[in-house]
Amino acid sequence: MAFTAVIRRDLLLAIRHPAQAIDPLIFFLLVIALFPLGASPRRELLELVAPGVFWIAALLSTLLSLERMFRPDFEDGSLDLMLASPAPLPLIVLAKIIAHWLVTAIPLLLAAPLFSLLLGLPTTALPALLATLVLGTPTLSAIGAIGVALTTGLQRGGVLLSLLVLPLYVPVLVFATGAISAAANDLPFTGQIYILGALAALSCTLGAFVAAAALKIATS
Amino acid sequence: MIPHPLLEIIDLASHRGDRILFEGLCLRIHLGEAIQISGPNGSGKTTLLRIVCGLLAPTAGTIRWQGSPIAFGDADLRSDIGHLGHAKGVKVDLTPKENLAFAIALSERPTGTPIDEALDRLGMGAFGDTPVRRLSAGQRQRVALARLLVCKARLWVLDEPFTALDVQGIEAIGSMITDHGKEGGAVLMSSHQPISLEGIPLRTVFIEKGGSTTLSSLDAIEPWASNVETVRR
Repeated sequence: MAFTAVIRRDLLLAIRHPAQAIDPLIFFLLVIALFPLGASPRRELLELVAPGVFWIAALLSTLLSLERMFRPDFEDGSLDLMLASPAPLPLIVLAKIIAHWLVTAIPLLLAAPLFSLLLGLPTTALPALLATLVLGTPTLSAIGAIGVALTTGLQRGGVLLSLLVLPLYVPVLVFATGAISAAANDLPFTGQIYILGALAALSCTLGAFVAAAALKIATS
Repeated sequence: MIPHPLLEIIDLASHRGDRILFEGLCLRIHLGEAIQISGPNGSGKTTLLRIVCGLLAPTAGTIRWQGSPIAFGDADLRSDIGHLGHAKGVKVDLTPKENLAFAIALSERPTGTPIDEALDRLGMGAFGDTPVRRLSAGQRQRVALARLLVCKARLWVLDEPFTALDVQGIEAIGSMITDHGKEGGAVLMSSHQPISLEGIPLRTVFIEKGGSTTLSSLDAIEPWASNVETVRR
Protein backbone atom coordinates (compact mmCIF):
# COMPACT_ATOMS: atom_id res chain seq x y z
CA MET A 1 0.00 0.00 0.00
CA ALA A 2 2.86 2.36 0.81
CA PHE A 3 4.37 1.41 -2.56
CA THR A 4 1.44 2.62 -4.66
CA ALA A 5 0.89 5.60 -2.36
CA VAL A 6 4.44 6.85 -2.98
CA ILE A 7 4.09 6.52 -6.76
CA ARG A 8 0.69 8.19 -6.72
CA ARG A 9 1.92 11.06 -4.57
CA ASP A 10 5.02 11.70 -6.69
CA LEU A 11 2.94 11.72 -9.87
CA LEU A 12 0.47 14.10 -8.26
CA LEU A 13 3.34 16.40 -7.27
CA ALA A 14 4.66 16.26 -10.84
CA ILE A 15 1.23 17.21 -12.19
CA ARG A 16 1.04 20.14 -9.76
CA HIS A 17 4.53 21.18 -10.86
CA PRO A 18 4.88 20.19 -14.51
CA ALA A 19 8.24 22.00 -14.65
CA GLN A 20 9.70 18.90 -13.04
CA ALA A 21 9.03 16.93 -16.22
CA ILE A 22 9.32 19.74 -18.75
CA ASP A 23 12.62 21.33 -17.64
CA PRO A 24 14.81 18.29 -18.41
CA LEU A 25 13.05 17.95 -21.76
CA ILE A 26 13.76 21.58 -22.69
CA PHE A 27 17.38 21.14 -21.61
CA PHE A 28 17.55 18.06 -23.79
CA LEU A 29 16.08 19.94 -26.75
CA LEU A 30 18.57 22.80 -26.32
CA VAL A 31 21.58 20.48 -26.26
CA ILE A 32 20.62 18.67 -29.43
CA ALA A 33 19.54 21.90 -31.15
CA LEU A 34 22.84 23.62 -30.32
CA PHE A 35 24.96 20.73 -31.48
CA PRO A 36 24.45 21.15 -35.27
CA LEU A 37 25.06 24.90 -34.84
CA GLY A 38 28.32 24.34 -33.02
CA ALA A 39 29.67 21.42 -35.01
CA SER A 40 28.38 21.23 -38.52
CA PRO A 41 24.93 20.92 -40.06
CA ARG A 42 26.27 18.50 -42.72
CA ARG A 43 24.01 15.47 -42.82
CA GLU A 44 26.76 12.84 -43.12
CA LEU A 45 28.51 14.16 -40.01
CA LEU A 46 25.29 14.50 -38.02
CA GLU A 47 24.21 10.97 -38.86
CA LEU A 48 27.54 9.72 -37.57
CA VAL A 49 27.40 11.48 -34.20
CA ALA A 50 23.62 11.62 -33.67
CA PRO A 51 23.36 8.49 -31.46
CA GLY A 52 26.10 9.76 -29.15
CA VAL A 53 24.73 13.29 -28.96
CA PHE A 54 21.24 12.00 -28.32
CA TRP A 55 22.28 9.76 -25.45
CA ILE A 56 24.72 12.22 -23.86
CA ALA A 57 21.90 14.76 -23.84
CA ALA A 58 19.67 12.11 -22.25
CA LEU A 59 22.26 11.40 -19.53
CA LEU A 60 22.73 15.08 -18.72
CA SER A 61 19.02 15.83 -18.62
CA THR A 62 18.46 12.84 -16.34
CA LEU A 63 21.20 14.14 -14.06
CA LEU A 64 19.37 17.46 -13.93
CA SER A 65 16.20 15.83 -12.66
CA LEU A 66 17.81 13.41 -10.18
CA GLU A 67 18.19 15.88 -7.31
CA ARG A 68 14.44 16.09 -7.01
CA MET A 69 14.16 12.41 -6.19
CA PHE A 70 14.93 12.67 -2.46
CA ARG A 71 16.04 16.21 -1.65
CA PRO A 72 12.64 17.95 -1.38
CA ASP A 73 11.39 15.07 0.78
CA PHE A 74 14.53 15.31 2.91
CA GLU A 75 14.07 19.03 3.43
CA ASP A 76 10.39 19.01 4.39
CA GLY A 77 10.57 15.90 6.56
CA SER A 78 8.56 13.61 4.29
CA LEU A 79 11.61 11.40 4.00
CA ASP A 80 11.47 10.83 7.78
CA LEU A 81 7.90 9.64 7.34
CA MET A 82 9.02 7.16 4.70
CA LEU A 83 12.00 5.98 6.76
CA ALA A 84 9.74 5.55 9.80
CA SER A 85 7.10 3.67 7.81
CA PRO A 86 6.85 -0.02 8.63
CA ALA A 87 6.97 -0.76 4.90
CA PRO A 88 10.39 -2.05 3.79
CA LEU A 89 12.56 0.87 2.70
CA PRO A 90 13.79 -0.75 -0.57
CA LEU A 91 10.16 -1.02 -1.66
CA ILE A 92 9.59 2.67 -1.03
CA VAL A 93 12.82 3.52 -2.85
CA LEU A 94 11.71 1.36 -5.78
CA ALA A 95 8.46 3.33 -5.88
CA LYS A 96 10.46 6.56 -5.97
CA ILE A 97 12.58 5.17 -8.84
CA ILE A 98 9.48 4.17 -10.81
CA ALA A 99 7.88 7.56 -10.23
CA HIS A 100 11.06 9.31 -11.35
CA TRP A 101 11.15 7.17 -14.48
CA LEU A 102 7.51 7.87 -15.29
CA VAL A 103 7.99 11.61 -14.86
CA THR A 104 11.26 12.01 -16.78
CA ALA A 105 11.52 9.13 -19.26
CA ILE A 106 7.97 9.01 -20.61
CA PRO A 107 8.08 12.62 -21.92
CA LEU A 108 11.49 11.90 -23.45
CA LEU A 109 10.16 8.74 -25.11
CA LEU A 110 7.22 10.63 -26.58
CA ALA A 111 9.42 13.43 -27.86
CA ALA A 112 12.23 11.20 -29.14
CA PRO A 113 10.88 10.62 -32.70
CA LEU A 114 10.57 14.37 -33.20
CA PHE A 115 13.95 15.15 -31.65
CA SER A 116 15.67 12.49 -33.74
CA LEU A 117 14.68 14.48 -36.86
CA LEU A 118 16.62 17.47 -35.51
CA LEU A 119 19.78 15.40 -35.55
CA GLY A 120 19.00 13.90 -38.94
CA LEU A 121 18.85 10.38 -37.60
CA PRO A 122 17.65 8.02 -40.38
CA THR A 123 14.14 6.68 -39.78
CA THR A 124 15.49 3.13 -39.97
CA ALA A 125 17.25 3.80 -36.65
CA LEU A 126 14.08 4.97 -34.92
CA PRO A 127 12.98 1.54 -33.58
CA ALA A 128 16.47 1.03 -32.13
CA LEU A 129 16.44 4.50 -30.61
CA LEU A 130 13.12 3.87 -28.89
CA ALA A 131 14.19 0.41 -27.73
CA THR A 132 17.38 1.79 -26.16
CA LEU A 133 15.39 4.53 -24.46
CA VAL A 134 12.82 2.09 -23.06
CA LEU A 135 15.52 -0.21 -21.69
CA GLY A 136 18.20 2.34 -20.88
CA THR A 137 16.29 4.98 -18.95
CA PRO A 138 15.21 2.67 -16.07
CA THR A 139 18.92 2.01 -15.48
CA LEU A 140 19.57 5.75 -15.40
CA SER A 141 16.85 6.28 -12.77
CA ALA A 142 17.93 3.30 -10.64
CA ILE A 143 21.66 4.11 -10.63
CA GLY A 144 20.82 7.76 -10.18
CA ALA A 145 18.80 6.88 -7.09
CA ILE A 146 21.91 5.40 -5.47
CA GLY A 147 23.98 8.51 -6.16
CA VAL A 148 21.29 10.91 -5.08
CA ALA A 149 20.59 8.89 -1.92
CA LEU A 150 24.25 9.13 -0.94
CA THR A 151 24.38 12.89 -1.46
CA THR A 152 20.98 13.72 0.05
CA GLY A 153 22.31 14.82 3.42
CA LEU A 154 24.98 17.06 1.89
CA GLN A 155 24.50 20.78 1.47
CA ARG A 156 25.86 20.97 -2.06
CA GLY A 157 25.86 17.53 -3.57
CA GLY A 158 25.44 18.57 -7.22
CA VAL A 159 28.98 18.09 -8.55
CA LEU A 160 29.60 15.08 -6.35
CA LEU A 161 26.43 13.52 -7.72
CA SER A 162 27.64 13.82 -11.32
CA LEU A 163 31.05 12.42 -10.35
CA LEU A 164 29.39 9.46 -8.67
CA VAL A 165 26.76 8.72 -11.25
CA LEU A 166 28.13 9.57 -14.70
CA PRO A 167 30.90 6.92 -14.71
CA LEU A 168 28.27 4.31 -13.87
CA TYR A 169 26.20 5.47 -16.84
CA VAL A 170 29.01 4.59 -19.27
CA PRO A 171 27.83 1.01 -20.10
CA VAL A 172 24.35 2.30 -20.96
CA LEU A 173 25.85 5.01 -23.16
CA VAL A 174 28.15 2.57 -24.96
CA PHE A 175 25.58 -0.09 -25.73
CA ALA A 176 22.74 2.31 -26.51
CA THR A 177 24.75 4.32 -29.02
CA GLY A 178 26.16 1.07 -30.41
CA ALA A 179 22.65 -0.24 -31.03
CA ILE A 180 21.46 2.95 -32.73
CA SER A 181 24.55 3.19 -34.94
CA ALA A 182 24.17 -0.44 -35.94
CA ALA A 183 20.50 0.10 -36.80
CA ALA A 184 21.35 3.19 -38.84
CA ASN A 185 23.71 1.03 -40.92
CA ASP A 186 21.10 -1.74 -41.28
CA LEU A 187 23.06 -4.08 -39.02
CA PRO A 188 21.48 -6.31 -36.35
CA PHE A 189 21.40 -4.68 -32.90
CA THR A 190 19.66 -7.27 -30.73
CA GLY A 191 22.87 -8.04 -28.81
CA GLN A 192 23.18 -4.51 -27.48
CA ILE A 193 19.48 -4.45 -26.65
CA TYR A 194 19.82 -7.66 -24.62
CA ILE A 195 22.69 -6.16 -22.65
CA LEU A 196 20.69 -2.98 -21.99
CA GLY A 197 17.84 -5.19 -20.77
CA ALA A 198 20.18 -7.08 -18.47
CA LEU A 199 21.57 -3.81 -17.09
CA ALA A 200 18.05 -2.55 -16.46
CA ALA A 201 17.06 -5.78 -14.67
CA LEU A 202 20.19 -5.70 -12.51
CA SER A 203 20.03 -2.03 -11.60
CA CYS A 204 16.31 -1.96 -10.89
CA THR A 205 16.39 -4.98 -8.58
CA LEU A 206 19.64 -4.33 -6.72
CA GLY A 207 19.58 -0.56 -7.09
CA ALA A 208 16.61 -0.18 -4.76
CA PHE A 209 18.42 -2.09 -1.99
CA VAL A 210 21.66 -0.17 -2.43
CA ALA A 211 19.85 3.18 -2.57
CA ALA A 212 17.87 2.27 0.57
CA ALA A 213 21.08 1.48 2.46
CA ALA A 214 22.68 4.68 1.15
CA LEU A 215 19.66 6.68 2.27
CA LYS A 216 19.93 5.26 5.80
CA ILE A 217 23.60 6.21 5.97
CA ALA A 218 23.04 9.66 4.50
CA THR A 219 20.25 10.61 6.89
CA SER A 220 21.77 9.39 10.14
CA MET B 1 2.57 -8.91 38.27
CA ILE B 2 3.18 -5.34 37.18
CA PRO B 3 2.47 -4.91 33.49
CA HIS B 4 5.49 -4.29 31.34
CA PRO B 5 6.21 -0.70 30.46
CA LEU B 6 5.45 0.11 26.81
CA LEU B 7 8.98 1.19 26.10
CA GLU B 8 12.20 0.98 28.05
CA ILE B 9 15.46 2.55 27.05
CA ILE B 10 18.49 1.30 28.91
CA ASP B 11 21.97 2.84 28.99
CA LEU B 12 21.47 4.77 25.80
CA ALA B 13 24.44 6.74 24.52
CA SER B 14 24.80 8.96 21.51
CA HIS B 15 27.79 10.80 20.13
CA ARG B 16 28.10 13.42 17.46
CA GLY B 17 31.64 12.97 16.20
CA ASP B 18 33.80 13.11 19.33
CA ARG B 19 31.25 15.00 21.33
CA ILE B 20 29.11 13.09 23.79
CA LEU B 21 25.48 14.09 23.55
CA PHE B 22 24.35 11.82 26.35
CA GLU B 23 25.46 8.61 27.97
CA GLY B 24 23.82 6.08 30.23
CA LEU B 25 20.38 7.47 29.60
CA CYS B 26 17.55 5.33 30.92
CA LEU B 27 13.93 6.01 30.32
CA ARG B 28 10.75 4.09 30.92
CA ILE B 29 7.41 4.90 29.40
CA HIS B 30 4.20 3.32 30.64
CA LEU B 31 0.90 3.25 28.84
CA GLY B 32 -1.34 6.13 29.81
CA GLU B 33 1.38 8.58 30.68
CA ALA B 34 3.20 11.46 29.06
CA ILE B 35 6.88 12.21 29.39
CA GLN B 36 8.36 15.59 28.70
CA ILE B 37 12.02 15.75 27.78
CA SER B 38 13.52 19.04 28.76
CA GLY B 39 16.98 20.46 28.47
CA PRO B 40 19.04 23.27 26.97
CA ASN B 41 19.49 23.65 23.22
CA GLY B 42 21.94 21.15 21.83
CA SER B 43 21.53 18.70 24.69
CA GLY B 44 20.30 15.93 22.40
CA LYS B 45 16.53 16.00 22.81
CA THR B 46 15.86 15.69 19.10
CA THR B 47 18.54 13.01 18.79
CA LEU B 48 16.93 11.00 21.58
CA LEU B 49 13.53 11.20 19.92
CA ARG B 50 14.93 10.27 16.52
CA ILE B 51 16.68 7.26 18.05
CA VAL B 52 13.39 6.09 19.57
CA CYS B 53 11.75 6.38 16.13
CA GLY B 54 14.54 4.37 14.53
CA LEU B 55 15.72 7.26 12.38
CA LEU B 56 19.14 7.41 14.03
CA ALA B 57 21.33 4.65 15.39
CA PRO B 58 22.60 5.13 18.95
CA THR B 59 26.24 4.51 19.92
CA ALA B 60 25.17 2.14 22.67
CA GLY B 61 22.06 1.06 24.46
CA THR B 62 19.20 -1.35 24.54
CA ILE B 63 15.56 -0.87 23.84
CA ARG B 64 12.68 -2.97 25.13
CA TRP B 65 9.21 -2.88 23.70
CA GLN B 66 6.51 -4.23 26.02
CA GLY B 67 9.15 -6.05 28.02
CA SER B 68 11.01 -7.83 25.24
CA PRO B 69 14.25 -6.66 23.66
CA ILE B 70 13.88 -5.36 20.15
CA ALA B 71 16.27 -3.88 17.60
CA PHE B 72 16.34 -0.11 17.18
CA GLY B 73 14.17 0.78 14.23
CA ASP B 74 12.41 -2.59 14.12
CA ALA B 75 9.37 -2.58 11.83
CA ASP B 76 7.01 -3.56 14.70
CA LEU B 77 8.29 -0.64 16.71
CA ARG B 78 8.03 1.77 13.80
CA SER B 79 4.47 0.79 13.05
CA ASP B 80 3.35 1.66 16.58
CA ILE B 81 5.05 5.04 16.77
CA GLY B 82 3.57 8.29 15.53
CA HIS B 83 6.37 10.78 14.99
CA LEU B 84 6.26 14.52 14.63
CA GLY B 85 9.68 16.00 14.00
CA HIS B 86 11.13 19.47 13.47
CA ALA B 87 10.54 19.14 9.75
CA LYS B 88 6.83 18.57 9.62
CA GLY B 89 6.66 16.03 6.83
CA VAL B 90 3.89 18.02 5.21
CA LYS B 91 4.11 18.53 1.46
CA VAL B 92 3.29 22.15 0.63
CA ASP B 93 2.01 21.30 -2.86
CA LEU B 94 -0.61 18.89 -1.55
CA THR B 95 -3.76 19.68 0.38
CA PRO B 96 -4.07 18.68 4.06
CA LYS B 97 -6.41 15.83 3.05
CA GLU B 98 -3.92 14.49 0.49
CA ASN B 99 -1.11 14.79 3.01
CA LEU B 100 -3.05 12.82 5.61
CA ALA B 101 -4.16 10.16 3.12
CA PHE B 102 -0.51 9.66 2.15
CA ALA B 103 0.52 9.37 5.80
CA ILE B 104 -2.17 6.72 6.39
CA ALA B 105 -0.97 4.71 3.39
CA LEU B 106 2.63 4.93 4.61
CA SER B 107 1.67 3.77 8.10
CA GLU B 108 0.22 0.58 6.57
CA ARG B 109 -2.40 0.38 9.30
CA PRO B 110 -6.13 1.00 9.38
CA THR B 111 -7.19 4.61 9.73
CA GLY B 112 -7.63 5.88 13.28
CA THR B 113 -9.81 8.97 13.34
CA PRO B 114 -11.34 9.76 9.92
CA ILE B 115 -9.47 12.54 8.12
CA ASP B 116 -12.31 15.10 8.20
CA GLU B 117 -12.91 14.53 11.89
CA ALA B 118 -9.21 14.90 12.71
CA LEU B 119 -8.98 18.16 10.76
CA ASP B 120 -12.14 19.46 12.45
CA ARG B 121 -10.71 18.68 15.83
CA LEU B 122 -7.66 20.78 15.12
CA GLY B 123 -9.78 23.60 13.74
CA MET B 124 -8.67 22.91 10.18
CA GLY B 125 -11.97 21.57 8.85
CA ALA B 126 -12.41 24.51 6.46
CA PHE B 127 -8.94 24.12 4.96
CA GLY B 128 -9.05 20.44 4.01
CA ASP B 129 -8.75 21.18 0.30
CA THR B 130 -6.49 24.25 0.43
CA PRO B 131 -2.93 23.59 -0.69
CA VAL B 132 -0.67 23.66 2.36
CA ARG B 133 1.47 26.29 0.59
CA ARG B 134 -1.27 28.83 1.35
CA LEU B 135 -1.48 27.96 5.06
CA SER B 136 0.38 29.66 7.90
CA ALA B 137 3.10 28.00 9.98
CA GLY B 138 0.66 27.33 12.82
CA GLN B 139 -1.88 25.82 10.46
CA ARG B 140 0.80 23.59 8.92
CA GLN B 141 1.69 22.44 12.43
CA ARG B 142 -1.97 21.56 12.97
CA VAL B 143 -2.00 19.51 9.78
CA ALA B 144 1.07 17.64 11.01
CA LEU B 145 -0.64 17.06 14.37
CA ALA B 146 -3.75 15.72 12.62
CA ARG B 147 -1.50 12.99 11.26
CA LEU B 148 -1.18 11.60 14.79
CA LEU B 149 -4.95 11.22 14.98
CA VAL B 150 -5.47 9.57 11.60
CA CYS B 151 -2.56 7.13 11.96
CA LYS B 152 -3.22 4.76 14.82
CA ALA B 153 -0.09 4.44 16.95
CA ARG B 154 0.27 3.82 20.65
CA LEU B 155 3.41 5.84 21.24
CA TRP B 156 3.52 9.42 20.08
CA VAL B 157 6.96 10.94 19.77
CA LEU B 158 6.63 14.68 19.45
CA ASP B 159 9.49 17.10 18.94
CA GLU B 160 8.50 20.59 20.10
CA PRO B 161 4.80 20.08 19.31
CA PHE B 162 3.85 23.57 20.48
CA THR B 163 5.92 25.38 17.86
CA ALA B 164 4.00 28.15 16.08
CA LEU B 165 0.71 27.25 17.74
CA ASP B 166 -1.67 29.84 19.21
CA VAL B 167 -3.47 29.49 22.55
CA GLN B 168 -6.32 27.44 21.06
CA GLY B 169 -3.83 25.25 19.25
CA ILE B 170 -1.91 24.55 22.46
CA GLU B 171 -5.19 23.69 24.20
CA ALA B 172 -6.18 21.41 21.33
CA ILE B 173 -2.94 19.45 21.47
CA GLY B 174 -3.17 19.30 25.27
CA SER B 175 -6.55 17.64 25.01
CA MET B 176 -5.30 15.40 22.20
CA ILE B 177 -2.47 14.16 24.42
CA THR B 178 -4.77 13.68 27.41
CA ASP B 179 -7.29 11.70 25.34
CA HIS B 180 -4.51 9.63 23.83
CA GLY B 181 -3.26 8.77 27.31
CA LYS B 182 -6.76 7.88 28.51
CA GLU B 183 -7.25 5.62 25.52
CA GLY B 184 -4.17 3.69 26.54
CA GLY B 185 -1.51 5.46 24.55
CA ALA B 186 1.72 7.08 25.67
CA VAL B 187 3.45 10.28 24.69
CA LEU B 188 7.12 11.19 24.63
CA MET B 189 7.72 14.82 23.80
CA SER B 190 10.36 17.46 23.96
CA SER B 191 9.43 20.94 25.00
CA HIS B 192 10.88 23.93 26.79
CA GLN B 193 7.55 25.17 27.99
CA PRO B 194 6.05 23.95 31.23
CA ILE B 195 3.09 21.79 30.27
CA SER B 196 0.07 20.99 32.33
CA LEU B 197 -2.04 18.00 31.43
CA GLU B 198 -5.19 17.18 33.31
CA GLY B 199 -6.14 13.59 33.73
CA ILE B 200 -2.95 11.72 32.86
CA PRO B 201 0.38 11.59 34.69
CA LEU B 202 3.14 13.75 33.27
CA ARG B 203 6.78 13.27 34.14
CA THR B 204 9.59 15.58 33.20
CA VAL B 205 13.07 14.33 32.36
CA PHE B 206 15.99 16.72 32.13
CA ILE B 207 18.95 16.13 29.91
CA GLU B 208 21.89 18.28 30.92
CA LYS B 209 24.26 19.75 28.40
CA GLY B 210 27.36 17.69 27.61
CA GLY B 211 25.46 15.30 29.74
CA SER B 212 26.38 12.17 31.42
CA THR B 213 23.22 10.80 32.93
CA THR B 214 20.67 12.98 34.51
CA LEU B 215 17.45 11.43 35.48
CA SER B 216 14.78 13.02 37.46
CA SER B 217 11.70 11.45 38.96
CA LEU B 218 12.43 8.14 37.25
CA ASP B 219 11.89 4.85 38.94
CA ALA B 220 15.08 2.93 39.53
CA ILE B 221 15.92 0.31 36.95
CA GLU B 222 14.95 -3.08 38.25
CA PRO B 223 17.73 -5.68 38.66
CA TRP B 224 16.56 -7.82 35.75
CA ALA B 225 16.84 -4.91 33.44
CA SER B 226 20.47 -4.17 34.15
CA ASN B 227 21.99 -7.38 32.84
CA VAL B 228 20.54 -7.20 29.36
CA GLU B 229 23.02 -7.21 26.57
CA THR B 230 24.20 -3.89 25.33
CA VAL B 231 24.01 -3.29 21.62
CA ARG B 232 27.11 -1.52 20.36
CA ARG B 233 27.23 -0.05 16.91
